[in-house]
Amino acid sequence: MKYMLLIYSNPANWAALPEAERNGLMAEYGTFTKDIVDSGEFVSGDPLAGIEAASTVRVRGGASDVTDGPFVETKEHLAGYYIVDVKDLDRALALAAKIPDARFGGVEVRPVLDMSGAEM
Amino acid sequence: MTTRVEVEGLLREVAPQALAALVRRYGDFGTAEDAVQEALLAAALQWPAEGVPDSPRGWLIAVAARRLIDWRRRESARRDKEAAAVDFVPAQSATLPGPGDEPVPDHDDTLALLFLCCHPALAWPAQVALTLRAVGGLTTAEIAAAFLVPEATMAQRIVRAKQRIRSTGIPFAMPAREEFPARLASVLRVLYLIFNEGYATTSGPALARADLTGEAIRLARELHRLRPAEGEVAGLLALMLLTEARREGRTRDGALVPLLEQDRGTWDRALIAEGSALVTATLRTAPVGPYQIQAAIAALHAEAKRADDTDWRQILALYNVLDALDPNPVVALNRAVATAMVHGPGAGLAVLDGLAGEPRLAGGHRLAAVRAHLLELAGRPDEARAQYHRAAAATTSLPERQYLLARANRLP
Repeated sequence: MKYMLLIYSNPANWAALPEAERNGLMAEYGTFTKDIVDSGEFVSGDPLAGIEAASTVRVRGGASDVTDGPFVETKEHLAGYYIVDVKDLDRALALAAKIPDARFGGVEVRPVLDMSGAEM
Repeated sequence: MTTRVEVEGLLREVAPQALAALVRRYGDFGTAEDAVQEALLAAALQWPAEGVPDSPRGWLIAVAARRLIDWRRRESARRDKEAAAVDFVPAQSATLPGPGDEPVPDHDDTLALLFLCCHPALAWPAQVALTLRAVGGLTTAEIAAAFLVPEATMAQRIVRAKQRIRSTGIPFAMPAREEFPARLASVLRVLYLIFNEGYATTSGPALARADLTGEAIRLARELHRLRPAEGEVAGLLALMLLTEARREGRTRDGALVPLLEQDRGTWDRALIAEGSALVTATLRTAPVGPYQIQAAIAALHAEAKRADDTDWRQILALYNVLDALDPNPVVALNRAVATAMVHGPGAGLAVLDGLAGEPRLAGGHRLAAVRAHLLELAGRPDEARAQYHRAAAATTSLPERQYLLARANRLP
């Protein structure tokens, strides 16, 4: 089953970290990614640019309205994601628990719907 | 001739085993659970009249599997109608278990079923409902009656929980070793919730609610049988037995009677002996945990012939351990009472003063009720009366309010 692990983090917390600690966390991310690539569970995953680079598009009455900023204003932002292909939810939850930001913000685990068998 | 009651008992014992076998074989929990429910209904109708089959579990599995395969066939027929189903499955070719084909019961299967029903990815009301239905073998109507909600509400809760199991991919499997303690704690919490729902509430039809405590004890016994070395499983079972033992003495004419004023002659000595023996043996062998400590405290209360014989020193020591293991405001309040019984009401009141800023107690009635009690012991009736009234105004339970007001009126 495929799951998306959505990493929520507060950028202020990251900014407040001493550089050595931040580098340590980045190294942890590197190890985590390498582990799930090696185990064959990694499908894709990337960090996202900060919300200062976000734009939100809403089309209303046929007209497109673009605003600067994220869709929802919150302290914790979607900071990155992984898509993994694993045996079941328990494995997805176990992987989510290994993501460094799970200790500070949180990681939302969502099944990816398989549309390959959908009726057209 | 087997009576209806005997059949029901037998069915509830084998139901989770049959369900586990079906989930193992066919994968889908939701459909398997529906199929087993139908098989249980059929058995409840047939067995009392026609006799219990040689292998009740095999019978249930066969009937449920037939039902499940029927559904699948109908479902795929519906899907394939336009595709003019060429790969039609002949009616008898599907994998129906035959005689001697009965799966060897795997003890971990019932456990895996419990872990599935109590998965933390489900909300706890869903965990409770699923556990009672899938592991306890209760019907939706019975569960709804026990929780005083309309059957349609409970049915919807169960359907949604099953959909969520499927959509989120909750597995039918034993948790990984590193997850095991947390997942077991989640199972124990569900059993404790079921027990408390049956025990703590004084509203509703008393008999139906008593069934919930009985059911929780039955499930805890089964879990203890499967995992005898888990100290907290034994601890929870002992706690339930020791609490259940006091059921009769807990109310008089519909009013609550506090522990120290209960008629100890009404307590169930057999349950007390069993619970005490269990917790004593467990504390000697297993790593200590909050359920065991609570059971040990309950055992000390139960073993005192009169309220005055209560070994408060030991109880206080145990509350101190509990407070270190699992600090929470209710434990702290009980520790204040035990402190008062050992070192005098003034010492107990001092412990309460330390809880004044506790947000989880703010607005509730418990802090005021305990303070009132300790002020009464300290011979300060006017302050006690004010606190009893304050607690009575804050509680939402009618019997509790009546009790608190009666205490206030009894003061000099």
